[in-house]
Amino acid sequence: MSRLDISGDAALAIPARTVRHRLGREDLVRHALIALFAVVLYLFVLYPMLQLTWRSLLDNDGRFVGVANYARYFRTPAIAASITNSLYVSAVSMVITVALALVYAYGLTRTLMPGRGLFRIVAMLPLFAPSLVQALAFIYVFGNNGIFTRLTGINVGIYGAKGIITAEVFYCFPHALLILVAALSATDARLYDAARTLGASPLKTFVTVTLPGIKFGLASACFVVFTLVITDFGAPKAIGGKFSVMATEIYNQVSGQQNFTMGATVSVVLLIPAVLAFLVDRVTQRRQYALVTSSSKPLVPGRRPLADWGLFGYCALIAGSIIGIYLAIAVYSLVIRWPYNFTPTLKHYRFDTVGGYTPLLNSLYVASLSAVVGTVLTFVGAYVVEKCRTLASGPLYLLSILPVSIPGMVLGLAYIFTFNAPGSVLNPLYGTLAILVISNVIHYFTVAFLTATTALKQMDGEFENVSASLGVPFYRTFWRVTVPIGLPAIIGISMYFFLNAMVTLSAVVFLVAPGTELAAVAVLLMDDAGDTAQAAAMSVMIISFGLAVRLVYWAVMRRVNRRTQAWLRSAEAAETR
Amino acid sequence: MTGVESRPPAVALEGIAKRFGEFVALRKVSLSVAPGEFVCFLGPSGCGKTTLLRIIAGLERQNTGVVRMAGRDVSGLPPKLRNYGIVFQSYALFPNLSVARNIAYGLETRQASRGEINRRIDELLELVGLARHKHKYPAQLSGGEQQRVALARALAPAPALLLLDEPLSALDARVRQSLRHEIRALQRRLGVTTIMVTHDQEEALAMADRIVVMNHGMVEQVGSPVDVYMRPRSPFVARFVGQMNFIPATACERAGWARISGGAELRHLGRDAVADGTALTLAIRPEEIVIGPRALDGENRLATRIETVQFLGSFTRLGLVLPGEPETRIECDVAATAFAELGAAEGAELPLLLRAEALRVFVSGP
Repeated sequence: MSRLDISGDAALAIPARTVRHRLGREDLVRHALIALFAVVLYLFVLYPMLQLTWRSLLDNDGRFVGVANYARYFRTPAIAASITNSLYVSAVSMVITVALALVYAYGLTRTLMPGRGLFRIVAMLPLFAPSLVQALAFIYVFGNNGIFTRLTGINVGIYGAKGIITAEVFYCFPHALLILVAALSATDARLYDAARTLGASPLKTFVTVTLPGIKFGLASACFVVFTLVITDFGAPKAIGGKFSVMATEIYNQVSGQQNFTMGATVSVVLLIPAVLAFLVDRVTQRRQYALVTSSSKPLVPGRRPLADWGLFGYCALIAGSIIGIYLAIAVYSLVIRWPYNFTPTLKHYRFDTVGGYTPLLNSLYVASLSAVVGTVLTFVGAYVVEKCRTLASGPLYLLSILPVSIPGMVLGLAYIFTFNAPGSVLNPLYGTLAILVISNVIHYFTVAFLTATTALKQMDGEFENVSASLGVPFYRTFWRVTVPIGLPAIIGISMYFFLNAMVTLSAVVFLVAPGTELAAVAVLLMDDAGDTAQAAAMSVMIISFGLAVRLVYWAVMRRVNRRTQAWLRSAEAAETR
Repeated sequence: MTGVESRPPAVALEGIAKRFGEFVALRKVSLSVAPGEFVCFLGPSGCGKTTLLRIIAGLERQNTGVVRMAGRDVSGLPPKLRNYGIVFQSYALFPNLSVARNIAYGLETRQASRGEINRRIDELLELVGLARHKHKYPAQLSGGEQQRVALARALAPAPALLLLDEPLSALDARVRQSLRHEIRALQRRLGVTTIMVTHDQEEALAMADRIVVMNHGMVEQVGSPVDVYMRPRSPFVARFVGQMNFIPATACERAGWARISGGAELRHLGRDAVADGTALTLAIRPEEIVIGPRALDGENRLATRIETVQFLGSFTRLGLVLPGEPETRIECDVAATAFAELGAAEGAELPLLLRAEALRVFVSGP
């Protein structure tokens, strides 16, 4: 019986290294994939960001100057104002957007008001337009030559902070709404039953049950909107006038004054709030899961005529405004000269100032390629990080979630430093459509990567082990099992890349070259050049193609779901076990 | 278990040690499994039994030690070169493939013709009794049926070794009972060497040729179910497998006798000489205690009082205390009918007899 006593020394005598397995062809493939993923992330995420940071410490002749650029940035009032301006419009937009979206989401999820399905769809419209389209619409209505201004003679002074905030509220509305709808849907009806049996008033119930239940969703919506606004370039560029924010400041420094080091300096400063918002959001989101358990009962709203119709009116007002924006854009593009001559015409759709349909075709091409490349890269990347546990998994995961906190302008500028450096092996990519695809893929990498990771985590961790025991290589199982089960996520990811690549401006504005113009950039250029009707027409084209692709996606998804219905049930059974 | 001398063991483990950082999961485990044998790794969660199975499978890599299969050192081989089939607790059936395609999964990469594969699928479906579910998806089957598909899939390439990782723990009690017999019968019929991990001692007793009882990364005892149950080699094994009463005692001058608190001296199974006064623990199973008329004469008699009576269906469990010694509690299982004949109730005096042949002794405390 003394053999049961084993001293700590015996444990220490066990070497830390494990026995090595003989490597086969399969391991070669596995390690090659990991290495490839690491190289991609290094070349297109880490290295450019290091370049950018380094450049902010140099002067324009390439001499090291330490933090002199930062000192100058904070000392020059005209530039430093962009920081406070950015924080101001971001904070105000955040409060307004989240408040508006919260009531709208409440109407969608907690009442029986009529038209909920339609309201939900209409609220998603801004996802299909570049942020500057909202701004253009407000200019068309409230600007110096806006229809409202002409008809009433009242100039509300839309250019500046007021205009930016209004445009951003509409631009960010669907993002906040999606989060809040999810938060309001994930609730436990038993809490409301308890509140009622205890005799709590509706207001007290809202404050003690509803609000605590959605506080993480609310926080998340705030961070998402704040980040979207502070990193947005399109709206402030179009409607900001002399009101400079950090994103437009980077553009002015780089494109206007060719002052790359100041551009880099503002970029690094802009990284700070974005990274902070991201970190706080990660922490709060992690705590969200405990709120709803598998035994929770979904809340079924009851009929409350006053609330139902009150919220109907409210939602109709907001949905009407959203439709109004796009109607204004559409009408603007289809008449000879808004607001003087409303004779219908298609002449603005010739796009003669930007070389016809090339930008639109480029956009479709880049968006399609971004969808394909991005989907393959994120799904395979998430697979090697999640399923091939190696020492590289941790760092690769970190590098994969880093891009979400890089504002598009910053990424674009970092790519200039990386791809336009004399003597760099990456130089040939500069000025091609490929670099636009790469910047889109990296800019939208994180959300897609996390979606893929979630889908992979839901699969049984022993699939790979079972196939190994059956002598089937992992890549065969990946193709025959992992991909088919992950198909809904894969299709969703490709949709996400496509739509975002169609509407993004900030990540590509520095990278387009003659011949590789994109539709969203064309809108900006035509607006700058005064061809506002053509800018509107191009916006209509972008939105139409986005909606069309979304429709195709919806049809494909329905088919996939029907086909996989038979095995979806097993996933549920496995979870409840 | 015949032919052990002529053939090398199907699985031989030599000094397997495994640690995860500072946590030592396995401390130099050595073991051998004969061809055709059904061995159960039994132990509480965290005892290292699953880690040991995964090391045999090559899914986990040991820090030291050698794994041999049929005499061949496979320590450095990846899983797919080790020739075994495995069934996991979750079954890990591929949800997008039909039952037939799941079973065929390991056959398709081997150079087999379509006809051969189809024959093999039918053969296995017949074997596990699922022929009519051939074209269904796993989600359309019950838990027990899914379990059998997983078994068929593991057996399809005719592996030399079958590994089962808690294969029955996800099922409800009734299905578990019938599958126990089915798996055991199937294993006998095919003669495939099988290692099963379980934390359910009843399962291990019912299914295994030999049980490997593990605790804290070490093997506590290896033996047949009867061996492990009747002759536990440590208090841990005694407590983990079946029910056991532990009675603190001290060694007497007379070899083979011990004194319990209250002064009674009892003869026990121990044959080793122990110094007078050494702290001992006596152990006896509840169903081995003799009561009623047969307890009225002979050695090792004790007077007790019935404190609790628990009716458990086929038998009744009595909670007994020694008069004046409330610390020493003894549980005694009596057939329900025998207890009725006894006519005793809570609070009644109950003489009993602890047969020396059933009274095990351990030197350290339980």
